[in-house]
Amino acid sequence: MSVAFDEKVHKTLADANLQLAIYRATGRLIDHRKHAVAATALPDYQELRTQANALKRHTIEHLDHYLEQFEANLTAHGGKAIYCQDATEVADFVLGLAKERGAHLIVKSKSMTTEEIDLNERLEHHNLESVETDLGEYILQLAHQRPYHIVAPALHLTRYDVGDLFARTLGVANETVVERQALIARAVLRQKFLAADIGISGANFLVADSGAVLLVENEGNARLTTSAPKIHIAVAGIEKLIPRAQDLAVFLKLLGRSATGQALTVYTSFLSGPRRAGEIDGPEEFYVVLLDNGRTKLLADPGKRESLYCIRCGACLNHCPVYRKIGGHSFPWVYSGPIGAIITPQFMGIEHEPSLPFASSLCGACAEVCPVKIDIPKVLLELRAEVKQAEERKGANRLERLAFKIWAWVMCHPRIYEMAAMAAASVAPAENGKWLRSAPAVMNLPPVRAWLSQRDLPPAPAKSFRELWRKR
Amino acid sequence: MSREATLNKVRTALGRSAGQGIAAPPPVRLRVEAHLEAHLEAHLEAHLEAIDMEARIASMLRAVEALAGKSRRAATGEDARSYVGAVLDGRSAVASNAPFLRECGVVDLAGVQSGFTDAAALRALCATAEVGITSADYALADTGTLVMLASPAEARLISLLPPVHIAVVPKERVLSGLDELFTILPHPAAQTSSMVLITGPSRTADIEQILVRGVHGPGEIHVVVVG
Amino acid sequence: MARVSGRDDGTTLLQFLFMAKRVSIFVTCIVDQLFPKVGLAMADVLERLGYEVDFPEDQTCCGQPAFNTGYRQEACQVARHFLKVFRDSEYVVVPSGSCTSMIAHHFHDLFPADEAAGDLRAADALAPRVWEFSKFVLEVAGVDDVGARLQDVVTYHDSCHALREFGIRDGPRRLLANVRGLELREMDAAEECCGFGGTFSIKFPEISGGMAGTKIDSIVRTGAQTVVSVDSSCLMQIQGALSRAALPVRTMHLAEVLASR
Repeated sequence: MSVAFDEKVHKTLADANLQLAIYRATGRLIDHRKHAVAATALPDYQELRTQANALKRHTIEHLDHYLEQFEANLTAHGGKAIYCQDATEVADFVLGLAKERGAHLIVKSKSMTTEEIDLNERLEHHNLESVETDLGEYILQLAHQRPYHIVAPALHLTRYDVGDLFARTLGVANETVVERQALIARAVLRQKFLAADIGISGANFLVADSGAVLLVENEGNARLTTSAPKIHIAVAGIEKLIPRAQDLAVFLKLLGRSATGQALTVYTSFLSGPRRAGEIDGPEEFYVVLLDNGRTKLLADPGKRESLYCIRCGACLNHCPVYRKIGGHSFPWVYSGPIGAIITPQFMGIEHEPSLPFASSLCGACAEVCPVKIDIPKVLLELRAEVKQAEERKGANRLERLAFKIWAWVMCHPRIYEMAAMAAASVAPAENGKWLRSAPAVMNLPPVRAWLSQRDLPPAPAKSFRELWRKR
Repeated sequence: MSREATLNKVRTALGRSAGQGIAAPPPVRLRVEAHLEAHLEAHLEAHLEAIDMEARIASMLRAVEALAGKSRRAATGEDARSYVGAVLDGRSAVASNAPFLRECGVVDLAGVQSGFTDAAALRALCATAEVGITSADYALADTGTLVMLASPAEARLISLLPPVHIAVVPKERVLSGLDELFTILPHPAAQTSSMVLITGPSRTADIEQILVRGVHGPGEIHVVVVG
Repeated sequence: MARVSGRDDGTTLLQFLFMAKRVSIFVTCIVDQLFPKVGLAMADVLERLGYEVDFPEDQTCCGQPAFNTGYRQEACQVARHFLKVFRDSEYVVVPSGSCTSMIAHHFHDLFPADEAAGDLRAADALAPRVWEFSKFVLEVAGVDDVGARLQDVVTYHDSCHALREFGIRDGPRRLLANVRGLELREMDAAEECCGFGGTFSIKFPEISGGMAGTKIDSIVRTGAQTVVSVDSSCLMQIQGALSRAALPVRTMHLAEVLASR
């Protein structure tokens, strides 16, 4: 296990207030989702999941076709598709356009994809101000922190953290009433919306038959970002495509409910191109950045391709008992939780954080709630096998490998197994059936010590099952 | 260029070639809720359609209230006008160019400005007006949603910048839900650059999961169904 | 009293007498070595239901520890041995959801499709004959009351694999409801993972311990004196945490509860 990961995990587990905040926030989202997908509220929930999975599977399997269809329809409506292979190309595009148009102020709505490519950092120092407008993201931008959760980015911060932050960065009095903090942000950001030259958004879905971008939100900052400035740039991973506008009737029933328990978020925007003739307001220029940044790598592996079905609802994070303990910042990349655990090694290579696929008890809660039925445990198991194969090639972790080789050999030879078991039982304490706080020196191997660091060990029974069975 | 590079990488990853056809996508799944029992006789349909409409309107109003919005059933345009006047209570308002608003006489209320076709002028007014008044192209009864298509009749910012939003909608536009919307409007992009579904007042819970309304869209909404 | 459901699948009486009444048990390595009473209890219950219980002595492990740790070759070897041992078993009854899942779901992933040894076919043929214990009692034996008696206040922990891979949720609760003298109280975090996860418990002991902590807090809130589940690995994790916290709550496998009289 890497030191960095280990340290972050330890720090999070040791912070009782943070543990409570994470548990409560995710617990609330779990409850809300449960009510929203209950049989009384959404009787065809399971059927919708199956359909959503089938739609994503079909789209991903034919992604080139749908990219081209999207592009054609977007262009027909006056928009422009900008294919970008990586973060640098996106930044270059935005900077180039900003320069051409003499733009100085950008407003941004929430987009994990732009976090993925560090867009704000890349736009700094170019006489360009890029302001996050989602309240949680705005707070994080001021604090120079990454999102803690896909849907609730600032869940780890208290109102006192926010009060201190605003006082320090905005020069306002230290305000700790949440409603007033929100109003402070509203006032600042209102000015930005109205003065901004460019609005940058993400996209929840790209609708191929319409050349349209679909955006969901609760605040209205995405609507403002995409309606007030003269230029709108939507940045989206190429996997966001769905075939038809009518397919939104399936996805929209799943997204809000899975994320926050809402049947629909407050605003759902279906945007296809700049304003049309006769329309009174709206952007005059509309760009959709179609980002690869490694997605084609994931695409190339049929066994793990389903990782691209994700619609970023965050349900897997909320239900993951590991996430609920270690929180979003323990993860090495912007995507956290179970989805982060499966896509990070695929994007960054398994060497980036080799322990990540193992930081799961494989409980399957994530797969159970995933609206598009990604089999996350299955992908984790594949990644684990890949990590071990890589270790074998590099000659790393030899002791563990040897241990499992011996173990397998023993398990294939029943009489040896019996002898080994009896030998182990002879040194293991029986303690009159009491569980053990510590182990005798001969047994004190790292795995045993690791176990004992958290809980007691079972005592060795006087006889094994097979011995007792023989005497029965 | 990056376009070719990306498409090539996608095709290589999938083992597909340029211009290759695709398997048929899963069929569209739209289930328009039938409030009517299949076995009921034809001559009752007209009567039941009326009940269906009433059920939808009731559902719409209930759903809006459940979202902490305010709802109102107005028998006539005149009733709608009175309600809007009461909500305005002397405050400044900007109204869209929706013909229905003119029909109801809402645009004639004191303090209401409308008829804008210039983006800059409209934005300036929306930024200072206390109330924004629109109609809506459709409403979705199961979720209490307003469906607004940008057009010469409806600008985007009117339902977004002012802190209060009032929507006055003729009852015929109330649909059962998303499935019906996408059945009658399979291609929104053919009609507009922007279709927005509005479901309740703007809200955030980003700080300690405490709910705050009106950041950044309107924190107070009124839905008036007329007829 | 036990009720055996009628069989309507065309089995003749003779076949019924010779085949249907014999089950093999795979006790799992953890039960064999650490919790033998679970295996004995399971055998007792099966016999009481009228089955002749066979314990193939060459059984060892299902291979899950290796599979979950990424050592597929090693898991494959052990799986192959398992297939040999249980090749002729009509039913294999297992006191563990996770081991049943390994055999019935993941053996299929271990063997390449084109290999000549027929292991994949054997694995797929065996899969429908492998039963988690409570599911066997309810669906094969067709019984939800085994005549058990246990005066106790218990709470039930939903083992993850049993719950999510086999839908085992209501079954054990039904069985527990029919145990005379037993009061079942639901904990609020019943479906949350206990934190065992095989080698996860020792690779990430702090997280695993934290998860166990949440689980035992939930248990304590019920006031129950005993925690029951269908998986001994969960019970080992939970009991280890209870013991470390010096809490007087004990753990029992469902088989042990059902064997109580």
